[in-house]
Amino acid sequence: MSQFNFVSDLQNALIMDGETRGPAPRWKKKLEASLNGSVNTTRSVLSVSYNTSFSGVQAPTKTPGKSSEGKTKKSNTTPTKTPGGGDRFIPNRAATNFELAHFLVNKDSGDKSDEENDKATTSNSNESNVQASAHKGERQKLLSEVTQVPGDSNGGRILCYQNKAPAAPESHTNPLKVVYSIKTPISTKSGSRYIPTTSERILDAPDFINDYYLNLMDWSGDNIVAVALGSCVYLWNAASGNIEQLTEFEEGDYAGSLSWIQEGQILAIGNSTGAVELWDCSKVKRLRVMDGHSARVGSLAWNSFLVSSGSRDGTIIHHDVRSREHKISSLAGHTQEVCGLKWSTDFKYLASGGNDNLVNVWSLASSGVGTASEALHKFNEHQAAVRALAWCPWQPSTLASGGGTADRCIKFWNVNNGSLIKSVDSKSQVCSLLFSRHYKELISAHGFANNQLTIWKYPTMVKQADLTGHTSRVLQMAMSPDGSTVISAGADETLRLWNCFAPDPLAAKKSASVNSKAKQSVFRQSIR
Amino acid sequence: MSAQATKNCITLKGSAQIIVEYLKYGIHSILFQRGIYPAENFDSTQQYGLTILMSKDPKIETFLKNVLSQTEEWLSKNMINKISMVITNAHSKEVLECWDFKMQAEMGDNQSADPTQRTSSKEVLRIQNEIRDVMRQISATVSYLPLLDCICTFDVMIHTLENTELPAKWDETGAIVIQNAQAVQLRSFSTGLHKVETVVNYKMST
Repeated sequence: MSQFNFVSDLQNALIMDGETRGPAPRWKKKLEASLNGSVNTTRSVLSVSYNTSFSGVQAPTKTPGKSSEGKTKKSNTTPTKTPGGGDRFIPNRAATNFELAHFLVNKDSGDKSDEENDKATTSNSNESNVQASAHKGERQKLLSEVTQVPGDSNGGRILCYQNKAPAAPESHTNPLKVVYSIKTPISTKSGSRYIPTTSERILDAPDFINDYYLNLMDWSGDNIVAVALGSCVYLWNAASGNIEQLTEFEEGDYAGSLSWIQEGQILAIGNSTGAVELWDCSKVKRLRVMDGHSARVGSLAWNSFLVSSGSRDGTIIHHDVRSREHKISSLAGHTQEVCGLKWSTDFKYLASGGNDNLVNVWSLASSGVGTASEALHKFNEHQAAVRALAWCPWQPSTLASGGGTADRCIKFWNVNNGSLIKSVDSKSQVCSLLFSRHYKELISAHGFANNQLTIWKYPTMVKQADLTGHTSRVLQMAMSPDGSTVISAGADETLRLWNCFAPDPLAAKKSASVNSKAKQSVFRQSIR
Repeated sequence: MSAQATKNCITLKGSAQIIVEYLKYGIHSILFQRGIYPAENFDSTQQYGLTILMSKDPKIETFLKNVLSQTEEWLSKNMINKISMVITNAHSKEVLECWDFKMQAEMGDNQSADPTQRTSSKEVLRIQNEIRDVMRQISATVSYLPLLDCICTFDVMIHTLENTELPAKWDETGAIVIQNAQAVQLRSFSTGLHKVETVVNYKMST
């Protein structure tokens, strides 16, 4: 990361308007987040430097005239760790012709006075266009026209086929409209049980990193919630409410993923340098550091003594936490950042989802430790990055996966034969999925427009309830050890607790009485 | 032809084929991803290790077939500078979006002055991987491109050299201009004989 710090320092040093240096204060980030709306702002060190250098501009509108030069520079120097450049788009200004535009603008201001009356020309010839510009708004429009002067089209013909393609039918509405249009929350169908649709408790989570590719919260079997806020990792004891800081990373580094071991107080932390750290949380002590990745670790999954880590470098590594040579195998099934990783409930399969839109399913290796190095199934049906993965607790071969903004589907797979069971359009980015243990239901976390949690009946996928409250996308969910409560972490920097899977009191009573009866009959049997 | 020569080399014609195939899948994918035509009229196919949705509207199919076969002919003579897929409002005829596929001839391995003699030894699999990355980017553009909230149609414009003869059923048109445009460049790929850059120009909403 040091070279990035250097780049950001350099850029801060170049700013002449006396802006604050270093990371932006929280109010500023919040202001920016609200301005950006649903735009995925990542708060890595990199983008912080980007933010500060532009904080003088009132809103992040991309007016070509104002911030042109700084941005061109930026797009050239943006370093990415993702293999092959990554999928995130920073508009590449190489396509627009800034030198020519700049020249034309300067020329315009020079001989504006004698060209003032030459307003009538609105043809395609760009020079006369710019010269005619009178006031600011018009000028900006003209600028953008100038900047797309096609440099290579001088001399040459533009040809097209006479029989044109048909227009879309008149009744057609763009299916993407659901992504853009904000509707009031949909009235939920009355289910068979009561689900509270407001959160039971709200915790403040300042500096929670709004990054789709990280997994920053987990709930342990000992009822402790681990959450990473900025560069720190905190433990919140859900029973007592105590808060404890586990660790703080050095300047610029941060935790990319957190995962509790199935039983006990061992927490695995994947950090931004690519190492996996093991912490004993009862003693607040770091046990060991396991390296192996060349980029940040964004996902982790435990299988008894094995911890699997997925990284931005596209690989998944199985670490045996007991042995000195911890690295068992490395899986190269993704070409981009691995952001979802889950072992199946029977620990026979590992599912991984990546920024390359793939869901891979890996079967247990013949040795019983780790997985085979070739994926058992490669599902490429998602049209966006897959981060949300969940295994069905009552059907161990069923995997649920949810895609990002461009996809918005929740898909169910049978990993025995590799077939797609069902696909449901959720109409919003799917950030996280969890199956309930008490009910045949699952809960999904969404982003824009409603930032809601949705409870679905499985397998009919009838919507049971929408839990709203978050004001920005819900990034992560975790379930309490008793399976009754779900905690959700949103980009609005809050953690919310939802008591949505509380066992039905009548059913609980019934099962208790059945149990006592069963005990009686067994007792009688033994007498006979 | 000897066994060595056939082993692994792409001629100008082969390169044109690869690019036209990319254009076909790319254009279909854009039509689907941008929601220009109803989703029911698309079928999924597997290509480049991806699921790509292809329009099954016979009119669109024949239009693209005609355009692309002519494109392939011109490409194999290196006569094309740029291919633009233009998305327009069907009623107001306003241009909303323009996908530019810029072609650049490359020298290949033997640096021959005669383009028809040039060959490239780049592996097809590697080219396809590069294409796959571009296709993924195309499907990811949905997240930032503005909504096309009107009945739209599309057209393909081919920017050729000055001396190109106009074939039957083809017309010459003028350049298109998008008001208040923003351009985003996607990744590029190369067959060794052609380098293809994909750029999307879109109209910024106010």
